[in-house]
Amino acid sequence: MKTAYLLAAFAPLIGSIVAGLFGRQVGRAGAHWVTIAGVAISFAASLWTLFDVLGGNTFEGALYTWSVLNDLTIEVGFLIDPLTATMMCVVTSVSLMVHIYTIGYMADDPGYQRFFSYISLFTFSMMMLVMANNFMQLFFGWEAVGLVSYLLIGFWYTRPTAIYANLKAFLVNRVGDFGFVLGIGLVVAYFGSLDYGEVFAAAPELADEQLGLWGSTQWSLLTVTCICLFIGAMGKSAQFPLHVWLPDSMEGPTPISALIHAATMVTAGIFMVARMSPLFELSETALSFIMVIGAITALFMGFLGIVQNDIKRVVAYSTLSQLGYMTVALAASAYSVAIFHLMTHAFFKALLFLGAGSVIIGMHHDQDMRNMGGLRRFMPVTWITFLIGSLALIGTPFFSGFYSKDMIIEAVRYSEIPGAGFGYFAVLAGVFVTALYTFRMYFMVFHGESRWGRAQHDHDHDHDASHDDAGHHGLGPNDKPHESPRVVTVPLVLLAIASVVSGAIAIGPMLFGDFFANSIVVAESHGAMATLAEHWHGWVDLGMHALKTWPFWLALAGVVTAWFLYIAQPGIPASIASAFAPVYRLLDNKYYLDRLNEILFAGGARLLGRGLWRGGDQTIIDGLIVNGSARLTGWFSGVLRLAQTGHLNTYAITMIIGVALLMLFVILPLL
Amino acid sequence: MTLSLAHFLALGAILFTLSVVGIFLNRRNIIVMLMSIELMLLAVNMNFIAFSHFLGDAAGQIFVFFIMTVAAAESAIGLAILVVLFRKLDTVDAQELDSLKG
Repeated sequence: MKTAYLLAAFAPLIGSIVAGLFGRQVGRAGAHWVTIAGVAISFAASLWTLFDVLGGNTFEGALYTWSVLNDLTIEVGFLIDPLTATMMCVVTSVSLMVHIYTIGYMADDPGYQRFFSYISLFTFSMMMLVMANNFMQLFFGWEAVGLVSYLLIGFWYTRPTAIYANLKAFLVNRVGDFGFVLGIGLVVAYFGSLDYGEVFAAAPELADEQLGLWGSTQWSLLTVTCICLFIGAMGKSAQFPLHVWLPDSMEGPTPISALIHAATMVTAGIFMVARMSPLFELSETALSFIMVIGAITALFMGFLGIVQNDIKRVVAYSTLSQLGYMTVALAASAYSVAIFHLMTHAFFKALLFLGAGSVIIGMHHDQDMRNMGGLRRFMPVTWITFLIGSLALIGTPFFSGFYSKDMIIEAVRYSEIPGAGFGYFAVLAGVFVTALYTFRMYFMVFHGESRWGRAQHDHDHDHDASHDDAGHHGLGPNDKPHESPRVVTVPLVLLAIASVVSGAIAIGPMLFGDFFANSIVVAESHGAMATLAEHWHGWVDLGMHALKTWPFWLALAGVVTAWFLYIAQPGIPASIASAFAPVYRLLDNKYYLDRLNEILFAGGARLLGRGLWRGGDQTIIDGLIVNGSARLTGWFSGVLRLAQTGHLNTYAITMIIGVALLMLFVILPLL
Repeated sequence: MTLSLAHFLALGAILFTLSVVGIFLNRRNIIVMLMSIELMLLAVNMNFIAFSHFLGDAAGQIFVFFIMTVAAAESAIGLAILVVLFRKLDTVDAQELDSLKG
């Protein structure tokens, strides 16, 4: 049993080390074989673990004691329960698809071995994160994921935009991690343990504990802890206002966009909150906070997707919006639904990203949707699979996304925490927005007239910067898009199958069975899931019932709107944009949040830095301490050197006078 | 009149004072300065011998031998340094030898 867990966690690490350190010796083929083998072993072990867990075999224990500080033991340990096993399977399966796909996508890249090493390391980090049984290991995985995402977003390190993007991702994540560390610190301070089990067991006793933060105000300990932990999740899972790094992470190669957005990294925050459900359940305030943040993210990030022209950015904003949905589900105490959506989303979002990557390969690394159109005739496999992914994303009945998203909407509807009303409105409106931007992208890419091969559009904003990594950009006038090689299309097909069926298969046991009974705690007073369970009559019934509910018709309206605007009357979007120019500008500039960060935080930091440089460094340290002490020494020695005349007789006379004085001291007492 | 201890000590003191005054008054000639130092040592020797004789202790005279040996070595080295100094700088004027001035 332990062997399987160890294999699941460490096989990718071994693959990563071999490909990374011995990349030159094993060669390109060797690098992808060894890492794919590592992840495949990990996937097999995860599947085995899942079935083992379904049979009732859970595991909780330490493998290795790293250090002991008085009463605090820091261990490397695994907690294997249904939640972990589900995450392990999601992570490794998507990662395996991405590995295979990368062979095709990165075929011409000089950093081939390095890339495989990184993505395997990414998988390893995420496995350590989900399998952790204590906060320290969780934090290790958390930071390792952040590090590898930094390396991968800046994979094409000669591009200034990529370097800017990876630095941004790293810094924004630091902000979140600061909150996360504070949360862990509070846990250690008040619970005296890092172990999940001990902390969760002690949580109800500390539910009424108050904390004086400043002045005489009292804060509930658990509320502060949960909000701090959630700030960490906001950084990793890209929740408003710490979402700004995620769209820029598109600077990395497409496979890692899929990996970051679907399986690793952004899911870490959602998973963490679900894992900490015994803590979060005790704080109504924290849940309300989460609800509001999630609702803002779900709705307003969706709007941004509508105005983007870069195919990957549309999918990126869609990820943000869907993460908002998951967060809202967490806040409604529907943790299992959040994990369920995380899983289905992992499949269809990985599919959409890899499909977008396939389109990009076909378009010779042109990502601008305005240059595409009519691609369905040239890339049939990509077209069909992309359509399936889109349908799953907008929540078409019987597709996986439908079940998870519908359940989130229902759960929020029945939730009674403050802010749930806003959350319900946001997720409901989000359905229309999701359908609109998804099918706008779909129609622009695969339908309509072919627009490639013309003169390039003028890039009207900076983030459309060229992506000519392979030395060419877009299709020439006589080129035709081509279907991608099989290493690219096979993962697409496999993910498409998962995107269709995973919802129907998993919804019953995951949401309404007792699958998560031991992993997730829901308080009696948070009855959304219980209410949902009363209305549950099987997945077929749910799919049929959808035709009578709002979300279905909203999604349909979104699709029809997209069809009307981009196929039937392609001239309308431009006139809408000019009619509502201020709104369009607001969306096009992403609510000016980047500008705000640039001015307020980056500018403030620079101002602070300049102040410290001028005041602290130049005046106090350089002026007062370093040069000041030198000047003092110089003045003192200037006085002393007056005695050093260099004349022999001065010295001789001084000596004699000295001797005379000494003798005086000896003789005087005798007299 | 017989010579008493006081006479010898007075002679020693006079010699010592002479040498000190020599160092004070002479500001230029290093050789004179060396001679003054020799004189100072002789004054000390005089005291040693006087005490040795009047107290009947031979240890004082043994000391004198040591002092004279050291004084000989010292003046030899001093003169050798002076020779080198002169070859290098063409002067033994103490006023001009101020390279050590701080």
